[in-house]
Amino acid sequence: MSALVDVRRLVKEFPTAGKLFRRGAPFRAVDEVTFHVDAGETFGLVGESGCGKTTTGRCLLRLIEPTSGEIRINDLDVRALSGGELRRARRHFQIVFQDPYSSLNPRMRVGQIVREPLVIHRIGTRDEQRARVASLFELVGLDPVDAEKYPHQFSGGQRQRIGLARALALEPALVICDEPVSALDVSVQAQVINLLLDLQRRLGLTYLFIAHDLRLVRQICDRVAVMYRGRIVELAPAERVFSAPQHPYTKALLSAIPKLAPGAKLERIPFDATLFKRVELREIEKDHFAAV
Amino acid sequence: MKSTPDAPLLQVEHLRTVFTLAGGREAAAVDDVSFHVGHGETLGLVGESGSGKSVTALSIIRLVLPPGRIAAGRIVLDGRNLLELGEEEIRRVRGPRIGFVFQEPMVALNPVYTIGYQIEETLGVHGLARGAAAKARAVELLAAVRIPDPARRAREYPHQLSGGLRQRAMIALALCANPALLIADEPTTALDVTVQAEILDLLREMRREFNLSLLLITHDLGVIAEMADRVAVMYAGRIVEQAPVSTLFSSPAHPYTRGLLASIPGGTPGKRLASIPGNVPAIGQLPSGCAFAPRCPDRFDPCAVKPETTPVAGAADHDVRCFLNDVRAR
Repeated sequence: MSALVDVRRLVKEFPTAGKLFRRGAPFRAVDEVTFHVDAGETFGLVGESGCGKTTTGRCLLRLIEPTSGEIRINDLDVRALSGGELRRARRHFQIVFQDPYSSLNPRMRVGQIVREPLVIHRIGTRDEQRARVASLFELVGLDPVDAEKYPHQFSGGQRQRIGLARALALEPALVICDEPVSALDVSVQAQVINLLLDLQRRLGLTYLFIAHDLRLVRQICDRVAVMYRGRIVELAPAERVFSAPQHPYTKALLSAIPKLAPGAKLERIPFDATLFKRVELREIEKDHFAAV
Repeated sequence: MKSTPDAPLLQVEHLRTVFTLAGGREAAAVDDVSFHVGHGETLGLVGESGSGKSVTALSIIRLVLPPGRIAAGRIVLDGRNLLELGEEEIRRVRGPRIGFVFQEPMVALNPVYTIGYQIEETLGVHGLARGAAAKARAVELLAAVRIPDPARRAREYPHQLSGGLRQRAMIALALCANPALLIADEPTTALDVTVQAEILDLLREMRREFNLSLLLITHDLGVIAEMADRVAVMYAGRIVEQAPVSTLFSSPAHPYTRGLLASIPGGTPGKRLASIPGNVPAIGQLPSGCAFAPRCPDRFDPCAVKPETTPVAGAADHDVRCFLNDVRAR
């Protein structure tokens, strides 16, 4: 397998309010993040709110401009692309957002929403675009007849399918899934996850899966990076992260997940944030890295 | 007016809460709901969005607002039917007998008053303490919910606190009149998992220290497994299954409960999840028989009629609203 995504020392700083005439010290939302995603794999980026996982995902597509670092996707130097080049390159990497209620334009029919990327990239004739929309609807398990409806006429799970159909319209290699199911009910969540797994198998997709639900990440990701305060503190095959966590923060995070076994002994491992040190990742065991 | 010692603290019987829809038609958000919460017990009320679990909680404290109204049932606390109390009397129940904690402390706390002031004011309303005594008591309560540096925090406004500290302040406010029952509606849903763990630990400690009964409403079966003694599972306004927590996890009897448990990611990498097809039906669009039938893998002819709740044979304290139970019993 070759790396589809290669990120090195990615940094994103946001300005903060300072004193009069003087800027505050910038806030580092993403702090020298390095990882790669192999073609066809599902790579999980996990952590709690404010850890920098969403900002990292957006920097990759330059929806947010990174401050420094290298981003290569499909051997393209993403940071070097001009506006037009970036738009053309975005065919190959797409994003699915968390909120199925606000990420679809409420005034557009859902068929138009799914077709829009084809129109923007001038792909196919009108009839070909219509046929493509119909096949995308079927691909994500929606009835093509529903293309004439508006987003509000669909449930949350169905809207997430629409978002996915739109993301897949341009046959991307990489799909960044930013908390794609966290706004959905458990029973519906499972449907969308299964759809993501099916699509990956059928279309050979690569997923960067950003999530806070650790049980879900364990189930669907090949490798996982745990983020804390803008840094990756641990990176390993999913099973390793869950069975043999090395970083104290990872241990604390895992111990906080409620067990699905009533009466199980609670073993919380506290994490003292004041002891957090900015140290480099090192390879503890083959393919298992931790900042310890 | 006192309840007998072995009677449960709270008894809800055949509660029905309806909402008037556009067009004047009425639809039940809560339909024929019965359960009890014993002294010192934690009952978990679990369900997905639209299942009626929050409306059930609001019905208990009589805070259902138009176009909703409680149409039938009894809610008995301390031997009194809360549905028969006047406005003045129910206000003396909210706070001193039943405290509540909501999902969003940012909404429940008043943003323009300090945390301390809000507790002092509540103490005053219930005639528990005023002036300097109330100030001291507020700081004590913040200390009781393990807020570090409580005297300083009492002088701060809700926006100055982190989500976890705000939820602690909310719990202090709910406990300030020393209620017997605490209703917590998705108390940790908006929080990160490490903060959730701290709040669940706190609720467990408060349950012991304040001798509380807890009605814990959540969609998260992990939270239920960790906290509840007994569980009631709601679907489309009805309780479909009720059992002690270990029974519910080891031998769920209702197909919905089974589906819900199976759809939680269990951590078999790369494997598909079991899922429940279809969506939770909207209020006012329920099928006439069993509300779960259209999504149920086990539906059969009898499901066209609304099932009654029946005890599961051979199990203690285990009730289910499903015709399969009758088949099994035979």
